[in-house]
This record gives sequence, structure tokens and C-alpha cells, in this order.
Amino acid sequence: MLQLNQVFLTFNEGTMDEKKALQDVHLDLKRGDFLTIIGSNGAGKSTLMNIISGSLVPDTGNVLIDGSPVTHLQEYKRAQLIGRVFQDPMAGTAPSMTIEENLAMAWSRNKKRGLKPGVSKKRKELFKEHLESLNLGLEDRLTAKVGLLSGGERQALSLLMATFTEPKILLLDEHTAALDPSRAELITSLTAEIVDKFQLTTLMVTHNMQQALDLGNRLIMMDKGQIIFDVDETEKQNLTIEKLLNEFQRIRGEKMASDKAVLG
Amino acid sequence: MFISIFGAFESGIIYALMALGVYLSFRVLDFPDLTVDGSFVTGAATAAILIMNGQSPFVATIAAVIAGFLAGCITGILHTKGKINPLLSGILMMIALYSINLRIMGQSNIPLLGKTTIFTSITSAWENANLSAPFNSVVSALGIPGTPKTWAILFFSLIITLIIKFITDYFLKTEMGLAIRATGDNEKMIRSFSANTDILIIIGLGISNAFVALSGAMIAQHGGFADVGMGIGMIIIGLASVIIGEALFGTKTIARTTLAVIGGAVIYRIVVSLALRVDFLETGDMKLITAVIVIAALVTPKILDSQRERRRRLRKKAEVELAALEEGEKRNAAT
Repeated sequence: MLQLNQVFLTFNEGTMDEKKALQDVHLDLKRGDFLTIIGSNGAGKSTLMNIISGSLVPDTGNVLIDGSPVTHLQEYKRAQLIGRVFQDPMAGTAPSMTIEENLAMAWSRNKKRGLKPGVSKKRKELFKEHLESLNLGLEDRLTAKVGLLSGGERQALSLLMATFTEPKILLLDEHTAALDPSRAELITSLTAEIVDKFQLTTLMVTHNMQQALDLGNRLIMMDKGQIIFDVDETEKQNLTIEKLLNEFQRIRGEKMASDKAVLG
Repeated sequence: MFISIFGAFESGIIYALMALGVYLSFRVLDFPDLTVDGSFVTGAATAAILIMNGQSPFVATIAAVIAGFLAGCITGILHTKGKINPLLSGILMMIALYSINLRIMGQSNIPLLGKTTIFTSITSAWENANLSAPFNSVVSALGIPGTPKTWAILFFSLIITLIIKFITDYFLKTEMGLAIRATGDNEKMIRSFSANTDILIIIGLGISNAFVALSGAMIAQHGGFADVGMGIGMIIIGLASVIIGEALFGTKTIARTTLAVIGGAVIYRIVVSLALRVDFLETGDMKLITAVIVIAALVTPKILDSQRERRRRLRKKAEVELAALEEGEKRNAAT
């Protein structure tokens, strides 16, 4: 479904600030795989997401979705295939527009945007149905401006908008990091529910190791632009935070750098 | 007095088209587009030169709209493809259009006196049917001295402006319209939903400047001339209309906001015409008056808000103190 071959990316090459963001990254995901990605700050997790979404273009190497190369496909075209939820709850919605208008825009992801009304009666019913599955009462607030929603509600809406057109790939970039613990838990369980419902091929970046262990059927750990540890479904079931940290120390010969990464 | 306010109302309705264009770029796309100063004249120049060469005024006006659309598109291309800052791309296009407008006209001023314009043809049909009479009798029955020459221009402009308003309202709710609004609201988000924001900005600015050029073409035919300098300060007048309208009539829905913008344009014209009746002000003071009106429209709501907030806090403070006082009295009585 998703394939990355020999991806290299260096920022500010040849200057004092040179940073090897990705070095020889290979990745092969099957349809319906749910991959969680952990690693300290600057390990290249977000860069990897941006390479897949098309916000960044690799120096060398290629990206394939469903067997066809998309390495140089523009971001907005690739977005037909890829749903995305950002860390910032503000980023995934248009605050001055209503809930139904936001949903209508998301619904048009893989359709041509023409001169038909964005919110039709038929669509309203459909949107209501989908909103009900969130259990947040948003289905009664279709005409409320999204800017009035709380961070958790917005992130739930972003998640729905990113997924209900059933994209081939779903990218979650620390999408619970900006929420309080109880909201984060809500979004985490919604994520599991939705990914399961639509059988989405998913990549999730997280700093929360417990979350990385609980969700998904595969886990990778990144450091200094490389994938240093790759665990499949059966191994993952026996994994604990402690084992992960020990594994890191064994591979790198040093303790994990970021405190944030240990917070479990 | 009535005649001058009537005149202000009439031209305000035509300038409202330009204000709707400014609303589209400035508010909807969040793009401060200075092309307006140039594209207004482009509309006037295109219509005037075609009418002078014997074209039908309706064809001339449509050509003006197309010219404005193209000018807006170029500004959009400069910004999206050339990666030039929005303000600068507008200014560059404005400067470029000055020369282009001179080329279109071939001279710096084209008089349209005695030519057939959209207004002369509508007016003669209107007056032949003697449609002004009932309105005039209402005016004189109210005891207002003086009657306007014709009501045709007012009603015709009002119809055109309302049609454009309803088209705008509808368009901003279509799939494409929603995407254009989202581009101004959260560009990163709408791109992640597979919208080509470059094209949306280009189309949005095109439509915005098409409205501006339509306004310019109608003002030229209304005033009986096109002049290469007639667009100077137009963006400020447009902004003034948008800001005044939004402050006075609110922005709850899109339909309400576009109506507010039209209202703002009319009120702006009326305020200017009243200001010009003050003895020591001259026609040359127009731009200064405009600046003062815009400053007032921007500052007044803020002052009102902070006063309301201060009064609310004082009230709250009094309530809290009163409660504390009562509490204390109760305690005194108990001991």
C-alpha cells in the first residue's frame, strides 16, 4: 500500500546548520496496517510524515502509494489519497466556518469542487450520522462556527474530516499531544474505533510510549533520521516501555535523549 | 439637500459593487489587494473606449468585467506562482495597470457626453413609461423640496447590485466558494483536503476585480467620462465601505455581511456629500475626509467596546462590594 525506498533528505546541505533529517529510510506497509512511530525530538518522525504527505520532497529515493510513484506529485493532488490530522487542533479546521461547511469541504476531498451548493439536505443527514458516531453532541450544532468548539471537540472533528472519505492512508502527527489527559484518551479511543471501522492504513507519530504500544499492529523507533527498531504484531504484544528503553540503549549505546519520550 | 443625498445614494449603490469586490479579496480571501485602484479604471476605460467607438453599452460593460477579471487573475498569479507578497503583487499590478489604462484609452480622459450608455437607454425607456411620476409625487407629498431628474438610474443600479450580491451569496456557499473561504481562513487545512489553493486565490481575485471593473464601467457611464486618475484611493473607499458596513449592520451570516457592505458604501457616500456641504471644506479635501471616516470607523467600535467593558467591571465590583457589606452586617447582627 505504502512504500518508501532509500529515502534521503538533508536540510541546509553544505552549511553550518546541515541536518541529515532522513537517512536511507525504507518502509513497506500493507493495506490496513496501523504503524506507530516513536523517537525523540529531531529524530525525523515529522519529516517522514511530510515526505509521505508531499509537504517535503526527498533528495533521493521514492514514495509509492498502491504501487504508483507519488514522490513528485504535488501536495494538494496527493491529498486525495491521504487524510491528515495535525498536532495543533487549530490546524485541521477552518475556524470562521460552520461545522457543516467544514465537513462539506472534507467531503469534497476526492471530488471536483464545482458550483453546486456545498451543504445539501442529503449531505446534512450524512454529516449528522457521522457526527453521532463521535458521541459529542456535535450533530445538534451543525451551524455552529468551529472556532467556538473546544480543542478536544475540534480534534475529534478533524479526525472525522480526515477519515470519513476513507483515504488510502491516514497520517496522525502527535494528534493528541495538545490535549489534556482525558481528552487525549477520548481521541485515542476514537482513533482506534475509526481506523478499525474504515480499515485505514495508518501512520501515527506519538511521544506517548504507552499509546504507541496500545494502538496499532506495528511499531518503529526512529533516531537521527533512521529507523533503528522495527517491531511486528506478535513481538509488539509482549513489548513494554521498559523493554523499549532498554532496546534503545542497546542499539545506540546511550540513554534516550528526550525526557518527553519517557513520559508514559 | 434631498437632491444631494439622492445623488449620494445613487452613486453609493454603484460604488457598492466595488465594495463587494474589496470584501471578497480583503475579508474572504484575507488578501489586501491594491489592484483595485487600477482595475476600477480598467473597467471604466474599457467601457468608455468601446462606447466611444460605437459599441453597444451592454457589450462594453461586459468587456469591462472581463478585463477586470483578467487583471485580478494576474495579481493572483504574481502572488501564487511568483511567490510575491500579497501587498506587493497588488501594488505592482496597480502601477502596471496605470500604463495599460492609458494605452486602452489612448488619452488621459474620454468624455461620454451625448453617447448612448446603459443609463441613457434605461432612462429613456423609463421616462417614456412615465415611471418617475409616482415616486416624485410621494416625495412632494412628504413636503421635501426638489425632485430628482429620474429614478431610473437608482433602480437600475439597485437591481444590478442586488443581483451581484445574491450571486456572491450563492457562490460563497458552493463547493468552490467554501474552498475559497477556507483558503482565506486556514490555507494549510484546505490544502490537506486536496484543494489547489493557488487556483482558488487566482479565481477569487479575478472575481473580486471583475466586480470592481463593473463598478468602474458603471461610474464612467453615470458620470459621463472615464479618467485615468479616477481610481486613486479607490481601495480605501472600498475598505471604508466594508468596515463601516460591518460595524453598523453586523456580520452574522454571509448574506447579512454582503448587505452590510452595500449599506456601508451608501452611507460612506452620504457622509462625504454631507461633509462637502460644510462651508470650509472643498472638493480637494475628499481624500482627507475619507481617511478621517475610515479612522473613525476603525476606532469608534473599539472605544465603545472598552467603555462597555469598563462599565461592566464597575457594576461587578459594586455587586461584590455590596455582597461583602451585607455579609458583614449579618455577622455584626449575629454577634
